[in-house]
Amino acid sequence: MSVQHSTRPTGTVSSRTAPGPASATFLTSLENRRVPRLGGFSLTLLRLELLRKLRNRRTLIFTMIMPAVFYLIFGLTNKDEMLGNTNAALYISVSLATYGAMIATTTGGAQVAVERALGWSRQLALTPLHPAAYILIKVIVSMALGAVSVIVVFVLAAVTGVHAPLGTLIASGLLVILTSGVFAAFGVMLGYLLPAENAIQVASMVLGILSLIGGLFVPLEIWPDTLQTIARFTPAYGVGEIARAPLGGGYDHWAIVSVIVWLGIFVAGSAWALRRDTARV
Amino acid sequence: MTSQTPTHTPTSAPPSQTTTDSPAAVSLNHLSKSFGDLKAVDGLDLAIRPGEVVAFLGPNGAGKTTTIDMLLGLSQPDEGSVEIFGMPPRRAVALGLVSSVMQTGGLLDDLTVRETVDYTSAIFASSLDTGLVLQRAGITDIADAVVKKCSGGQKQRLRFAMALLPDPALIVLDEPTTGMDVTGRRDFWHQMRADALTGKTILFATHYLEEADEFADRVVLVADGTVVADGPAHEIRGMTAAKTVSATLPLTDDTSEAGVSELFDRLAGLAGVESIEVAARRLKMRTTDSDAAAKTLFDNACTDLEITSHSLEDAFISLTSKGA
Repeated sequence: MSVQHSTRPTGTVSSRTAPGPASATFLTSLENRRVPRLGGFSLTLLRLELLRKLRNRRTLIFTMIMPAVFYLIFGLTNKDEMLGNTNAALYISVSLATYGAMIATTTGGAQVAVERALGWSRQLALTPLHPAAYILIKVIVSMALGAVSVIVVFVLAAVTGVHAPLGTLIASGLLVILTSGVFAAFGVMLGYLLPAENAIQVASMVLGILSLIGGLFVPLEIWPDTLQTIARFTPAYGVGEIARAPLGGGYDHWAIVSVIVWLGIFVAGSAWALRRDTARV
Repeated sequence: MTSQTPTHTPTSAPPSQTTTDSPAAVSLNHLSKSFGDLKAVDGLDLAIRPGEVVAFLGPNGAGKTTTIDMLLGLSQPDEGSVEIFGMPPRRAVALGLVSSVMQTGGLLDDLTVRETVDYTSAIFASSLDTGLVLQRAGITDIADAVVKKCSGGQKQRLRFAMALLPDPALIVLDEPTTGMDVTGRRDFWHQMRADALTGKTILFATHYLEEADEFADRVVLVADGTVVADGPAHEIRGMTAAKTVSATLPLTDDTSEAGVSELFDRLAGLAGVESIEVAARRLKMRTTDSDAAAKTLFDNACTDLEITSHSLEDAFISLTSKGA
């Protein structure tokens, strides 16, 4: 004889079906509800995102230690050389600061791929945070990290006896940070286009190539003429030229056009990729 | 009540007295969505009044998550419309009127529990105090733990705490207790309903029948992207309350046919009997009062008595496999 008893305890169904009080509370509170200003952008989000960056050891290594080590290897060894009217070590330090800022901003932007994979983007989609505010926060934080990388390289240059007027360094550093926005947009675009596991690796590889042919690791002049011509149309060339402009060796004015065009392309690409992404959240 | 709220009459199936002058908490009108050839949601209608606690019950692949995505404005329906408190879902989300607890993911590993809540809190125009939601979700003690090190249950409570932040009128929980054991599920719901969820409209998707039965006032059964049953929890439970009582009849030579039919009459007269049938000498009856039936059968010299209860699973399967 098999007798099965239901173990369900009785009496747990309460009388909360009554709609009266709940709806009343809701209607009064509806008056007070607002949509956040600035699409949800706030200093708290900036602070917490920056904190996340500083906790990530790999990010710190790539954005600060690598450019510093590159400087010690390639910059310091050319301390007494001259490139035109400019000290080679100074020239190289600015280029490497540019590279560090590029890495910081691109990987920072590509972080959206990781957050999409984690479901964090979906979580944010259930808040009033506007996608533009989210991306702006990512960009600002990445640029801040890029700034740290610039400072590390310049301090290292000063400590190792490469002298330049402070005003020149500040001007140069600010230009690096400003133009790194191009690569933040590039990273965001990659982040929305590529799966998380690839986005950051692909980004780092592409940056390495762009930096090499764009004249950040070696002067453009060592490449064959054809490659030099091609290089002038790549994004790293423009930011490098602008960053080195304060050093006084003259610069290619087309670099400004190049940077603006690339910024436009990457921002438009990010917007397109974002729309495509939210269509299938 | 207020002039800005459009009068809205819910068009749902369940017969109930509706409050006609306040908008439905949720109003899904003939919602449909396909992915390629697969019709995930197929003409689904549902209206939920403010204050209701509704279980959205169905097997995996019934279209629950797809429906919830459309309800929250995360995806667009192919056909039909969604209104939350009389407004489009994205607007309701922006105002913090509706929030959601997802099944998995949705957390940053490198923040602490408190920082995660602070992050979300900063986004809303106004939100409850971080300390308060941590307390309501029962995770004050792990506030400084890094999310990466939290257990599945702790993460779920964190998601819950985040959902409480805007003090929403409606909370949507998509299988919130997946991966918890029975005790964990019970603890979760008792704590949430006792404190944090009081007075809110709740819609939770689940494929645990006991959970729907125990914690919802109303159960909406979905299968193949449409509603197959919708009623108060006790009604759905009633569908499963009957047990099958079977016994071998004492059909010996000296028992007359009249004696058997007299037994039949007596059994049929008992309260709660739904059906009686006999195959060979085996009598099989469905009744909600199996004790009375068993006593009668014993008293009439029946043997090999067997009582089987229909699990909720059985009723669920029979209801959901019927199709639309």
